[in-house]
Amino acid sequence: MTTAALAISEAADGGRVLALSGRLDSESVPSLWQAVRRAVAEVPTRRVVVDAAGVDYCDGAGIAIFVDLLRQPREPGVEIANLKPAFEVLLKQFDPKVLEHDLDPEPQRGPAVEEVGRAAYTVWRDIRSQVSFVGETVAALTHAIRNPSSVRWKDVWRICEQVGADALPIVALISFLLGMILAFQSAVPMKRFGAEIFVADLIGLSMLRELGPLMTAILLAGRSGAAFAAEIGTMRVNQEVDALTTMGLDPVRFLVTPRIIAALLMTPLLVLFSNLVGLIGGAITMQSFSIPIVTFLKEVDSAVNMTDFLAGFIKSFVFAILVAGIGCLRGLQTGAGASAVGDSATRAVVSGIILLVVVDGLFAVVYYVLDI
Amino acid sequence: MNDEPIIRVTGLDGGYEGSPPILLDVSFDVARGQVFGILGGSGCGKSTLMKHMIGLLPPMTGHVVIDGADIVSAEGDALLAIRRKFGVMYQSGALFGSMTLLENVRLPLEVWTDLPDDAIDLIARMKLELVGLEGFTGHMPAELSGGMQKRAGIARAMALDPSILFLDEPSSGLDPITAASLDATIRRLSDSLGVTFVIVTHDLGSVFVATDRVILLDRRAKGIIAEGDPRTLRDESTDPRVRAFFRREAEPIAA
Repeated sequence: MTTAALAISEAADGGRVLALSGRLDSESVPSLWQAVRRAVAEVPTRRVVVDAAGVDYCDGAGIAIFVDLLRQPREPGVEIANLKPAFEVLLKQFDPKVLEHDLDPEPQRGPAVEEVGRAAYTVWRDIRSQVSFVGETVAALTHAIRNPSSVRWKDVWRICEQVGADALPIVALISFLLGMILAFQSAVPMKRFGAEIFVADLIGLSMLRELGPLMTAILLAGRSGAAFAAEIGTMRVNQEVDALTTMGLDPVRFLVTPRIIAALLMTPLLVLFSNLVGLIGGAITMQSFSIPIVTFLKEVDSAVNMTDFLAGFIKSFVFAILVAGIGCLRGLQTGAGASAVGDSATRAVVSGIILLVVVDGLFAVVYYVLDI
Repeated sequence: MNDEPIIRVTGLDGGYEGSPPILLDVSFDVARGQVFGILGGSGCGKSTLMKHMIGLLPPMTGHVVIDGADIVSAEGDALLAIRRKFGVMYQSGALFGSMTLLENVRLPLEVWTDLPDDAIDLIARMKLELVGLEGFTGHMPAELSGGMQKRAGIARAMALDPSILFLDEPSSGLDPITAASLDATIRRLSDSLGVTFVIVTHDLGSVFVATDRVILLDRRAKGIIAEGDPRTLRDESTDPRVRAFFRREAEPIAA
């Protein structure tokens, strides 16, 4: 522990003398800070001289004591005397007037109307950028269809592996458990009516029409949507996206198109896989209710037709575009700094899941109207 | 005054695990209060050597003794005690993106001192004034240029007034006036408070103005090829590699 001391005395001319001595550093200054301030505040109209002759060492914290006294808006001011030349040099680096008040205060909140206006403008800007992004993506995909050689297929296969093959274990686990849970939850009440066999109908229809595509898409939003946003967001922070632009390469064609193509290729396959594993989960569970697997599958076959299968399968293409598109859009909207990448990933997942559920609802209405 | 070197590096083989060593048998001393430069071309291991010296990367062999304590073998509280003796400015500034500049500089003061809040605030603002950022205290790092982020990184490294400051490429990316004022600040702190600086750089302008002694690393030699006063090395060295470096001459193209 370093030591420093303060001695207060009254001068003959009516002023006050504060004699500081010892080593002024971040260990000794905390005990002196308030005492020095109080000693000066007690005599607001009298002259104060700080005698620093006894100061042996004075680092940034020690200099801060002197700067703090010199910046006080008082008349007469505080005089620092007998500071050793080595420390005087350090003190002279600072302009107490500059440090009198904060030159860059925290931004103040404006009136409520202004805040509402700003929020509305932000929403409008977000919608406009989404519309513009959709347009650019459609143009890029059209270009890719017309000129397949312009697509970076090496990137597409790499992303296919990440989106598809790497997602198989989690899709399998969730779908299997979903099939089991559906079977258990529905078998118990149906057993009361001797209708356990119709659990197969329920699982078949709900997995193929609804849960297979939706759960796969939600998993995709959590895995690949977030990954797309984080990867493109990091590229944005590192100015890689700027480099693409200045090289004359369209970031949407270069970064978004391969990801959407990969998602379009992989999501339907994952949905098929999810449907299959969900049915297996249900079939295994129903064995405990004395329904053999063959009986279960025959019942599913009689309950589910090709229209049901296609109703779910078509959704997978739309969901793929939504998840990949939102992930890429959030990545391209990334601001500056490491936290912006995290924000983009979160926004990609949240807005992706909301959009999936909304669009799934729209599908439900359309299928109802078309009697599918 | 303690005459023991404040930093002693002995027999250090350095590099990254699983890769061939970049540095072989590097040994040197840094005297107390000295402004010490680590020089060399790109890829010669300057920043790697600094990482070994600050305990971020264990060397393959050898020792780094800082103020009497070996940072290579230190762990836990002992390692923390050594680290409190120095501040580090990283090449990119390494500011925390979720904090304002003022909060970045306040952080070490809040964690390691008992200073009252207004004292911490004043010291942090003084450090920012020292690097010419007095009007940017409330800015987020992302709102600033790379050079300004670097300056804020220096302010944060100096927050606790450590006895040793490691600066990785402090003047790269700075305008000449700011770079010159940084050199002057380094000299002032060294002369007035006896702060030891270890500066990794290849900015020869700063080297001749600010440093007392340098070592020159070479990628092919995997170690030190010259050591001493930079002005003497420039004027008197007979080693063509040293002369080429200090006179900014291009390497001859191999036939």
